[in-house]
Amino acid sequence: MIFETVIGVEVHAQLRTNSKMFCGCGTTFGLSANSQTCPVCLGLPGSLPVINRTAVEMAVRAGLALNCTIAANNQFARKNYFYPDLPKGYQISQYESPICEHGWIEVRDSSGGTARIRIRRAHLEEDAGKNIHETGTSGSRVDLNRAGTPLLEIVTEPDMHSADEVVAYLKGLREILMYLDVCDGNMEEGSFRCEPNLSLRPLGQKQFGTKVELKNINSFKYVKDAVEYEIKRQTKVLTEGGKIRQETRLWNIERGETAVMRSKEEAHDYRYFPDPDLVPLKLEQKWIEGFRSSLPELPSPRMNRFIQEVIISAWHEPPEHVGQLQKKIIPQSGYGLSEDEAKMLTASKGIADYFEACVKQFPQPKIVSNWVMGELTRELNNSGTNISASPVTPERLVSLLQLVDRGVISLKVAREIFPELYSSGKVPEQIVEEKGLTQVSDEGALAKIIEEVLGKSPGQVAQFKEGKQQVLGFLVGQVMKASGGKANPGKVNELLRKKLG
Amino acid sequence: MSLHKLTLCELQKQFQAGEVTATEIVRAYFLRIGHVEPKVKAFVTQAKESAFMEAEVLDRKLKGWRKTQPLTGMPLAIKDNICTDGVSTTCSSRMLQNFVPPYDATVIAKLRAQEYILLGKTNLDEFAMGSSTENSAFGPSRNPWNLHCVPGGSSGGSAAAVAAEECVAALGSDTGGSIRQPAAFCGVVGLKPTYGRVSRYGLVAFASSLDQIGPITRDVSDSAFLLQAIAGHDPMDSTSVDRPVPDYMKALQKWDLKTVKVGVPVEFFAEGLDPDVEQSVRAAIGELKQLGAEIKEIRLPRTDAAVAVYYVIATAEASSNLARFDGVKFGFRAKETKDLLDLYMKTRQEGFGPEVKRRIMLGTYVLSAGYYDAYYGKAQAVRTLVCQDFDAAFKEVDLIVTPATPTPAFKLGEKSEDPLQMYLSDIFTISVNLAGLPAIALPCGFSKEGLPIGLQLIGRAFEEETILRAAHAYEQSTQWHLKKPTIR
Repeated sequence: MIFETVIGVEVHAQLRTNSKMFCGCGTTFGLSANSQTCPVCLGLPGSLPVINRTAVEMAVRAGLALNCTIAANNQFARKNYFYPDLPKGYQISQYESPICEHGWIEVRDSSGGTARIRIRRAHLEEDAGKNIHETGTSGSRVDLNRAGTPLLEIVTEPDMHSADEVVAYLKGLREILMYLDVCDGNMEEGSFRCEPNLSLRPLGQKQFGTKVELKNINSFKYVKDAVEYEIKRQTKVLTEGGKIRQETRLWNIERGETAVMRSKEEAHDYRYFPDPDLVPLKLEQKWIEGFRSSLPELPSPRMNRFIQEVIISAWHEPPEHVGQLQKKIIPQSGYGLSEDEAKMLTASKGIADYFEACVKQFPQPKIVSNWVMGELTRELNNSGTNISASPVTPERLVSLLQLVDRGVISLKVAREIFPELYSSGKVPEQIVEEKGLTQVSDEGALAKIIEEVLGKSPGQVAQFKEGKQQVLGFLVGQVMKASGGKANPGKVNELLRKKLG
Repeated sequence: MSLHKLTLCELQKQFQAGEVTATEIVRAYFLRIGHVEPKVKAFVTQAKESAFMEAEVLDRKLKGWRKTQPLTGMPLAIKDNICTDGVSTTCSSRMLQNFVPPYDATVIAKLRAQEYILLGKTNLDEFAMGSSTENSAFGPSRNPWNLHCVPGGSSGGSAAAVAAEECVAALGSDTGGSIRQPAAFCGVVGLKPTYGRVSRYGLVAFASSLDQIGPITRDVSDSAFLLQAIAGHDPMDSTSVDRPVPDYMKALQKWDLKTVKVGVPVEFFAEGLDPDVEQSVRAAIGELKQLGAEIKEIRLPRTDAAVAVYYVIATAEASSNLARFDGVKFGFRAKETKDLLDLYMKTRQEGFGPEVKRRIMLGTYVLSAGYYDAYYGKAQAVRTLVCQDFDAAFKEVDLIVTPATPTPAFKLGEKSEDPLQMYLSDIFTISVNLAGLPAIALPCGFSKEGLPIGLQLIGRAFEEETILRAAHAYEQSTQWHLKKPTIR
């Protein structure tokens, strides 16, 4: 029998607010245990929650970007259960009236087409703390620094059918949230947590099979591995005539398999009811629409724009220096990049912003793209730096590219000095000057070197004269070598032809 | 006259005039407490040392530049479910026996800013669940009018302390009558403000949608005076309402009740009402008429449903509010537990008393999957109807007058074996909480046995001025509030 996989995904995205969902405590990750707490997030008797306005704004912006309807009337509810990392014995969440509903995003599926994944709802809630189990000590400890951090729980309809599709959705969603600056997307630190739920049904059957929830997945790779493992496991069970049990399963990284965490029978009755400590939150339509009009350009339309053809309004020669004719690009037109390039450049808002900042001053998108995705990305990766904190600012990269463009240094030299540009904090001009790397374009100086090279290579000279054009490349190379890489290759080419012609 | 006999307003005047020092006041009160407290047992914690220290600091400060706040030097008692920074707040529960809050409730912060002096924390039914203080883990308080009788509850300690002159005034909390019922039983004045008028921040929650802090005082002026100090919007409590606080003392200046329409709900004068109570309340209604009020019979048809609705909603909220007492972070933790579940179960088994457990179980049940709609959902719907009853009544009248309780104070142990009988002692006060309205209980007579009888005046939301004014006018034309118990 052929089975169809049906997958829905729940994501818990930590919102990047400065303070917690219901109190003024900070949300910085990794501080000493329980240092970011107060009577409210500790759940001390008598303390009361107050809604964080910024968290609501972020949820609204995310909801709008996810094409959701934003609820005018919001109610927070208590989800009751006992756990040591849950200070009040209940989590404040939203139940019957989530802030966002009925949205969708489009993702590229494996066949290159686009698939629309529907968002059922996205609601605001507070995070729990963390239980710490140290080996060699008796008992456990509780760190409540994270308790009360705002979360947006985003739930899809069961619209996905493969691990690749789940990964594509998660990547797409994460990009959107990061573009909006509402979530830092850090999966390892738990700022973006995903829980796929998965069921199989015989192809053609309408009714859903029994679903299993997957937890403990903190990278895209594990998402793919866990979903694929679970599809195989369920296929095997069903093929052998067995039944799938409704349960929650944990992904075990070491073993590469899922294992039961709890079964349906052990599932909680959360006894949701409206939180009487919080009055219903009413959002005015005008206020919501204000956010709609100020949404940034999102990854997918931005990528399409990057691919779009360049619209050239005029050719002009930059006044300050002699160089190539430059294209003046209308900002809203495209850059004529390939799909792969555009995809990489828009993978994060930081990269795309950086790229566009460069192109604005140096309107050669293709060249800028090569540098951003090549040299710059390599250095950023090596030093583990975010592009927004890059020591080579767009201005400096542009300076470097202009030096090449003006023929002051060769492309080769530019590549060679990039690591130093990255690590030293110096401007490109300074490095070039200190190292004496200025390109030699002076005809007299070059003629001297050419003379020498030709003297040493009579065979090649003869070959060229016989009509073997390819030899010119060799001769140019020899001249470059003799000049210590500083000769202007265009000029050398020109002079050689003149000389041999 | 001994200092402890003065009302808050009288004492305040003497103090502001420099006729008495804070230390003299504190000394007088601890003398009085030493004298009667062994009989009344109003306090869970006495803050003797800190009270003397604070008084000394105040006196020294005032010797130089005499700048005072309205409550400077005034000795108050606070119900022990209101958090006081550095002073234990037990809720009369074993669960919080050793709990010392690291913060002040907003009302306490306000009193502190006005330089009040905390005499101690008063006894209550555990977590404010009860009507007699018999549910206190530390033993019941006594009614100063008859030590064999209960002072009422849950703010029984506060009411008894005020009646026994162990403090000049006190704060209580009222979820279903917990200020008004003990005030009535002890012959003092208890005011439950409109829901949202006084911040709940720092009040250990019993039922969040019903709880409200209010003053328990010797007369109506004191009630207005103390309400003034604690009322107002608090950004820390989302359910507190941001609207201006009127001058309550000014409201008292109008003495007659001409143009005031007073409603008498027939449902409150039905079977089960003690004849002495009925007689006193009817006489009081006559007095209001004498003062110029227009008396009108009205109907509040859902009154009979109020107790049932209350015990669904209040217990549902309580079951969730009390989940935090799990032995993990603060308060009591059971010893020798084998795992997490065992820790939870033993801690809650040993930490909570029987009434609290009963209500947690009831509340858990009504919120459970499959029962939610039938109980909690239905109760919320009926609560709306109760509110509509009041809305309709207040279209016709300006305030509603009822007995505060169906009977005077009952004997210790009389109802403690029968929770339902105990619940019914709040039958006249509960619907007011469901509707979030302000109401005041004040003395209007005595039973044949010499126990105080309380009158309840209910007003429109945020119209505390109207009930204070009417209560004050009634009080001025009667002598009930001047009678004091002989404690023996």
